[in-house]
Amino acid sequence: MINKDFIDKCKSIFGPENVLTDKAELIAYSYDATPGIPREIPGVVVFPENTKQIQELIFLARQTKTPIYPRGAGTCLSGGPVPLSKGVVISFQKMNKIVEIDPDNLTATVQPGVIIADLNASVAKYGLIYPPDPGSMATATVGGSVAENSGGLRGLKYGVTKHYIMGMEVVMPTGEVFRFGGKTVKNVTAYDFTHLFVGSEGTLGIITEIICKLIPAPKYRKAMIAFFDKLEDAGKTVTDIVRNQVIPATLEIMDKVTIQTVENYAKVGLPTNVEALLLIEVDGMGQDSVLWEAEKCVEIINQNNGKYRIAETDAERDSLWAARRAALPALAQVKPSTVLEDATVPRTKLVDMLVAIQSIAKKYDLMIGTFGHAGDGNLHPTLLVDPTNKDEMERVHNAVDEIFEVALSLGGTLSGEHGIGVAKLKYLQNEIGRSGIETMRRIKQAFDPDNILNPGKLVPMED
Amino acid sequence: MTTAVTKTIFDDIEALKKELIRCMKCGNCMAACPIYNVEKKESSVARGKIALGEAVLSNDIKIDDDTLINLIFNCLVCKSCMMACPSGVRFDRIILGLRAAIAKKKGIPFVKKALFKLLKNPELFDKGMKAFAAMQGFFLKPEGEKKRTPKGFLKGINPRLDEQFILPELTRESFRDKVKETIEAKSSQATAIFFTGCSVNYLYQEVGDDLIYVLQRNNITTITPKRQNCCGMPVMVHGDIETARELARKNLDAFEKTNAKYIVTVCGSCGSALKHEYPIILEGTEHEEKAKKWAERVYDISTFLLKVIKFEPPKGKVPLKVTYHDSCHLKKSMKVFNEPRQLLKMIPGITLLEMKKPDACCGSGGSYHLTHVDTALKIAKAKAEDIKATAADAVCTGCPACMMELFEGLHRIGESCNVTHTVSLLAKSYRAEN
Repeated sequence: MINKDFIDKCKSIFGPENVLTDKAELIAYSYDATPGIPREIPGVVVFPENTKQIQELIFLARQTKTPIYPRGAGTCLSGGPVPLSKGVVISFQKMNKIVEIDPDNLTATVQPGVIIADLNASVAKYGLIYPPDPGSMATATVGGSVAENSGGLRGLKYGVTKHYIMGMEVVMPTGEVFRFGGKTVKNVTAYDFTHLFVGSEGTLGIITEIICKLIPAPKYRKAMIAFFDKLEDAGKTVTDIVRNQVIPATLEIMDKVTIQTVENYAKVGLPTNVEALLLIEVDGMGQDSVLWEAEKCVEIINQNNGKYRIAETDAERDSLWAARRAALPALAQVKPSTVLEDATVPRTKLVDMLVAIQSIAKKYDLMIGTFGHAGDGNLHPTLLVDPTNKDEMERVHNAVDEIFEVALSLGGTLSGEHGIGVAKLKYLQNEIGRSGIETMRRIKQAFDPDNILNPGKLVPMED
Repeated sequence: MTTAVTKTIFDDIEALKKELIRCMKCGNCMAACPIYNVEKKESSVARGKIALGEAVLSNDIKIDDDTLINLIFNCLVCKSCMMACPSGVRFDRIILGLRAAIAKKKGIPFVKKALFKLLKNPELFDKGMKAFAAMQGFFLKPEGEKKRTPKGFLKGINPRLDEQFILPELTRESFRDKVKETIEAKSSQATAIFFTGCSVNYLYQEVGDDLIYVLQRNNITTITPKRQNCCGMPVMVHGDIETARELARKNLDAFEKTNAKYIVTVCGSCGSALKHEYPIILEGTEHEEKAKKWAERVYDISTFLLKVIKFEPPKGKVPLKVTYHDSCHLKKSMKVFNEPRQLLKMIPGITLLEMKKPDACCGSGGSYHLTHVDTALKIAKAKAEDIKATAADAVCTGCPACMMELFEGLHRIGESCNVTHTVSLLAKSYRAEN
């Protein structure tokens, strides 16, 4: 464990200016954005600047059996970077260089601490984008989002983080440096380690460099907002749009509770008597095809008894988006805190899921606003809570249990984009079964025999 | 002397609990925080400091822990985080509440000493800065202190005061000593108090002259009460809540002696102190009602001209390319950012060139730029580079403290771009009419 000797060695590896040991500094590394999970103040925080330092730390940690908690910006919503013991936090916030942008191979090679929005700003001058856009992209790091396989608002059309990672360099828990994947579109050499490490939540190795895939930025876009008196009509609009071969970049839903709260808070001119709204944006490289897609969406909205507003200018687009952007801030105003879940179901089960959440809210006497990425079935039921109210917190935990139960019964998943971490560990077996748990344990043991990398996350080592 | 009867967040740290609990730790503040941007440490940003506040309340750490004190004072109070916060956490209250708790526990002299421990030669610094920092009110006694030119005191005192350090010359006579208390307008449409703030009083007197000139041109009778003081913000940000209260009471009493309907400010920090802080720090005292009354009458000069009175647009040509820097307290506290730009666009000859992130903090933060030199300089230079990139002839802002920081930052990167106040460009245009 961590003692003076360990800290001295850290200082000689990283330089004294890159090691934090004062309790006040360490307290600020004892959390992420997940409410109500176990957490511990780490024993030391280090800021690496290169791969070799991380290798040396691994050797030190192995000798002393010290847990390592890798951390990007700490915006995780499942407890990924949160220390569970007085181990060492590796903060990647200073290992944040864009190593190379290769516009001809459509790749960017980055260190893990690069902020997602900064990567996008840097590739914009080549007319390119890195599509994964989690809500925290202005703060979150590429490394963190790779470890968590983060999603975002554009998932339906553009996919999620795993679709944009082509290779990486990893320091293995045994200390070797391992590079796999690369700049080639095609690569079937060896196991597909890239896809194993994306979403591994820091449990299999420490990612030190990442090759990201870039795509051309869409040139045209068209946004609209549609209101529905019946939830079923909104749900049918979502599936009808896809059935009519239109894949919008954004297809977001907000339920009645969210709409009313947003309107009450932001006064953006939303009708408060509707059951649901959809925010739809189509984009593409050709004006004609984008207009065709937009017209098709309008036609489908009309067929499903929806009323719509379409943005003719950038300013109008911003005003439509304002409603969606206000969803979480508005809900967060109602009560001191929020529990934001990300249970996800097949697109066709969207309405069933929304109805189930409403009845769970009623059953446990809770306020739940649901919004989210309707196009990919990824909903964010947001439970509004007062953490100091024990009785209410009890009901919240029960409601969350039930939300997951329903999601799984509809053929969905525990987590669309936030990860398992510690927050959802107890539900894991419900989705992947006993054989899944055993397989995960064997993988973890094969990679990390000493169980020093982010122990207690993602893989339940004990029953 | 009156004392507070209710327990505000400045008197009782327990009162912070309901504000702390509202932070979801989402990390949105990290994208907005100028200090985090430079230091890349969790403790630099609002979320980390909120975690520290929670740890104090849960007895995991003591309020007088040395590192904790340093971390809590490592904040510009620029309120940028509050603009990015989805939960609307009032971080300004939290940070000032924590500082007040530290000051209460350790005493004000300790706080100042702790801050200046970071400096090379604290005693000398104190001596030299007494005069020089007077415009910040940092060491200011309520009645104000006569200024001296700081040159000669500064060498070797503060790492910031190197050969690159540059500062407008301090004036021999204060603005309020110099200016007539009441200046009647010919056919007066209203009477307004000019709350000068320390920077105009000691440093940027031309901004004060320009303000009075602009008000005259708009037929506003100006009262510049001799008995007004520092707004209190500089002492308040160091946790010295009792001195801030005393200054606030004296200012309010000075306002009460006039028949003015409005207060006009040319400094975002002074304006937000009068408008937002006084009613809170004086809550539950006999000055509460006065504070509320005058809070509603406070306007930044740009809002006052465009939204309160009948404004006479200037006609004189000012051929300049100008970029506008949003003062943190003017934009993020007083919510004034459209009006100054509108005014600039109304001046014939001016081309407004927006810089990248015009509302990014300049790095001044009152005395922050002297106590946290390395971080502040990096922030100031980044700002200067953004200004340089616009190729503007002048950078204009609504706050004299920013003017000072911009002036120095530009100098340090070898840029000769002029630094001016919105009201000075207006005055220039009026004067060019004939």
